[in-house]
Amino acid sequence: AENEPSWETPCTELLVYVSTPGCDGFPTLDSKESYKLSVSKGSMLLSAETVWGALRGLETFSQLVGRDENGTYYINETEIVDFPRFPHRGLLLDTSRHYLPLRAILETLDVMAYNKFNVFHWHIVDDPSFPYESSTFPELSKQGAFNAMTHVYTASDVRTVIEYARLRGIRVIAEFDTPGHTLSWGPGAPGLLTPCYMGKVPSGVYGPINPIVNSTYQFLTRLFQEVSTVFPDFFLHLGGDEVDFTCWQSNPEIRAFMMERGFGEDYKKLESFYIQRLLDIVSSLGKGYIVWQEVFDNDVKLRPDTIIHVWKENKMQYLKEMANVTRSGYQALLSAPWYLNRISYGQDWIEAYKVEPLNFEGSPEQKALVVGGEACMWGEYVDVTNLTPRLWPRGGAVAERLWSNETVRDVEDAYARLVEFRCTLLGRGVQAQPLYVGYCDREFGGV
Amino acid sequence: MGRAMGLAGLLLGLVVVPAVLVTTSLRHGAPRTEAEPEPSGWELAADAVPEDSLWPLPQWVRTYPRQLQLAPSRFQLVHGAGSSAGPDCGLLQDAFRRYYEYMFGHSRRRTRGRRPLDARGEPELFQLQVVIEAGDPGCDRHPQLTSSEAYHLTVTEPVAVLKASEVWGALRGLETFSQLVHEDDYGSFLINESEINDLPRFAHRGVLLDTSRHYLPLKSILTNLDAMAFNKFNVLHWHIVDDQSFPYQSIYFPELSDKGAYSSNLIYTPADVRLVIEYARLRGIRVIPEFDTPGHTQSWGKGQKDLLTPCYKRGQPTGSFGPVNPIWNTTYNFMAKFFKEISSVFPDEFIHLGGDEVDFSCWKSNPEVKEFMKKQGFGTDYAKLESYYVQNILDIVSSYNKGQMVWQEVFDHKVQLKPDTVVQVWMANNYAHELSSVTGAGFTAVLSAPWYLDYISYGQDWKKYYSVEPLNFPGSEKQKKLLIGGEACLWGEFVDATNLTPRLWPRASAVGERLWSSSNVTNLQDAYKRLTNHRCRML
Repeated sequence: AENEPSWETPCTELLVYVSTPGCDGFPTLDSKESYKLSVSKGSMLLSAETVWGALRGLETFSQLVGRDENGTYYINETEIVDFPRFPHRGLLLDTSRHYLPLRAILETLDVMAYNKFNVFHWHIVDDPSFPYESSTFPELSKQGAFNAMTHVYTASDVRTVIEYARLRGIRVIAEFDTPGHTLSWGPGAPGLLTPCYMGKVPSGVYGPINPIVNSTYQFLTRLFQEVSTVFPDFFLHLGGDEVDFTCWQSNPEIRAFMMERGFGEDYKKLESFYIQRLLDIVSSLGKGYIVWQEVFDNDVKLRPDTIIHVWKENKMQYLKEMANVTRSGYQALLSAPWYLNRISYGQDWIEAYKVEPLNFEGSPEQKALVVGGEACMWGEYVDVTNLTPRLWPRGGAVAERLWSNETVRDVEDAYARLVEFRCTLLGRGVQAQPLYVGYCDREFGGV
Repeated sequence: MGRAMGLAGLLLGLVVVPAVLVTTSLRHGAPRTEAEPEPSGWELAADAVPEDSLWPLPQWVRTYPRQLQLAPSRFQLVHGAGSSAGPDCGLLQDAFRRYYEYMFGHSRRRTRGRRPLDARGEPELFQLQVVIEAGDPGCDRHPQLTSSEAYHLTVTEPVAVLKASEVWGALRGLETFSQLVHEDDYGSFLINESEINDLPRFAHRGVLLDTSRHYLPLKSILTNLDAMAFNKFNVLHWHIVDDQSFPYQSIYFPELSDKGAYSSNLIYTPADVRLVIEYARLRGIRVIPEFDTPGHTQSWGKGQKDLLTPCYKRGQPTGSFGPVNPIWNTTYNFMAKFFKEISSVFPDEFIHLGGDEVDFSCWKSNPEVKEFMKKQGFGTDYAKLESYYVQNILDIVSSYNKGQMVWQEVFDHKVQLKPDTVVQVWMANNYAHELSSVTGAGFTAVLSAPWYLDYISYGQDWKKYYSVEPLNFPGSEKQKKLLIGGEACLWGEFVDATNLTPRLWPRASAVGERLWSSSNVTNLQDAYKRLTNHRCRML
């Protein structure tokens, strides 16, 4: 009869075909993540150019498998051709404002993979704490971590994160943000930070990294030598944001230096002087770099393959910045409208979803310089007690915006799929919070 | 007494540790003792002052520099001589075990490793004796609005004494005692000699949970009751059903949850409900259920035909339904039976009957309703119809000897309330004015308007909840006494078990202190210090 379901012999195999070898390598910005999925009577085939594409295809395949009311697993005949719109689809975690235990990072990597995110931007140290255990400078975490015995990432932890990520096709880009955001570096590296002055005497308080002494650059060379070896990705994020000039201005030696160099009162020139030297150090170590937008805004001389990270959000000004960055020939990464740490009442995922990264005035060549974006979960109000529900499923809105076609914008359709997906996450043991009222079939295993 | 002891303590500190300056801490709340100036110029010796993690801050605290040690293997929580409660007081027995666990937790009762007698520094505190003073301690009762939660705690060697009129005060005192015990850097348990006199500023200190917009598993509710006890909250306002789902499994009307719950496993059975009530009782927490009508009742219609008003368009029923139908007798027959069950299932003296946000458009569209309005002479004032309905429900519930709590609309629409009806003020716009009106009309009020914790925002919003002063409304002394407390509300549109606990706590703690502690406890820096410590302890 025509209306009977065609229960053929159950599908027993998903064949995975990868054309280019590379199981033991690391994913890069240029990795091909495209795949084709073909499910038909008698055969299921996933083919991809690289293993990274195969990973993406496996995730999609897992989302196609359903269960009917009898509990039987099924999958519809399907044809899928898929590839990401943007090659850099990242998530930033901040492990300095609050330490995140390894299991929280690993869980996040799992959920990133479910969402096809492919970059873990590890904002590992900052003002409040320095949890990164450096083999070259062990005092940094000994003095700078919240608790040097418990709130640190050992070399083994870092290796674990990098490999766990690699197995999911996720690049790990470490950020050692300087010269600002470095208070926690001070205790373990005496002489690194600028002593602030109150009139003629040091006030006891410290500011950004001291840009005028050679010891600074010797330190940075050795530190970044280590960091370059520990983190295999080609890119390092060097920060460079929000440098507060008041401490530099208060320091007489620095003022003298400014005079000497003819910088006058323009401390942006001093900041650029520092950044320049840092970029040269990192370059010479064979790494590329990503920097926050201030570095571009302050006219620092950058390598042509620098990626500028656009983060300042003020009434859509970020689109202007994207235009400026790409017009100057640099690649751009967008985060400004995707600060997921900025919570508010209601379905704020919709705003994140509606963002259109290429909505600025520019030529197609310019727009091609936008490599992607990153959802940011800054840690001022976030630790392991609330990370997962705050991140998911809101992060999913950014994930789709970065992967799917520009035309995929219907909010109602997205809502329906995201609600389903959130239930799937719950089923996979992820404490993703609800989008709105309702329930999931498989919510709890009991009381 | 206080001043002399304080000075003696200071001198003691100076004599014993000459190189180190110590302070006694005097914290005052309600005007029970004469005001004393803070000792000036003394710096703190230790890293932490004993009161550094008390939350909410007791009315009257005095701590001394002398510390006592507690040995988990020997320390006991016991009933003191002369207490009207003894080992047959299940509530206290349960509390003793619970607080022992909170204080010493992972330190099992050690049978080995006794420190040699002469190596021990501080004197040992062997016991906390709990003495209930009222003839009827209340062990087997349920807490009420009028229950006494006052307690007096004296910590001195060799034995600390916790005195309270009723067991409810003892529970509050045990929580405070557990907040005084701290560990030094060797892991030894210490407590400073202290004296605390405490009682709540407001008698009704509640948290509202919404189990209709999202089902909350039992574990989630129970964890929340624990957290409430840590913060001295004493009312769980259980907004159990609403439009979206009806998880309450009724004995008389099983179809309500059969058809109205999200799914058959997302319900609260009678056993579940009993568990919540008892778990709460053991923590001195009242459970006030809310069965909100006539609005917010879409889910009721699934299992109870002909309860809701059929809506009309151009003279024909549309197939959709509005609020409860106020004109049919069957409605009141149903409600009489339903609230009979509720009155017996929930032991608290009060039931919350809702009455908020009634949308009149469906009533307006229904020809029978319009006819009824004419007959009753209500004209086109549907608030009168709403009042007619609510009146009937209030009478029904009254006849079961239950007091009623209602949302403010019921008062605003001039329903005839019973004298002891409690009006819950929730509309944020000019709530001070509403408080004046409600109390001016002689009704007791509970404040929620500034404490809608479901309204999240970026940053330290606990500060704005903390800074609310409930009695900041125009009114006489008599009126202000009618504001019996407040409730932090966590509506469930965007909340379920995945995010409830971090969203509610520690933000609700700010409300907890505002409702317990004295009105002059307002310093945000001090609060921040104590609240961060309290938060770590809750973890």
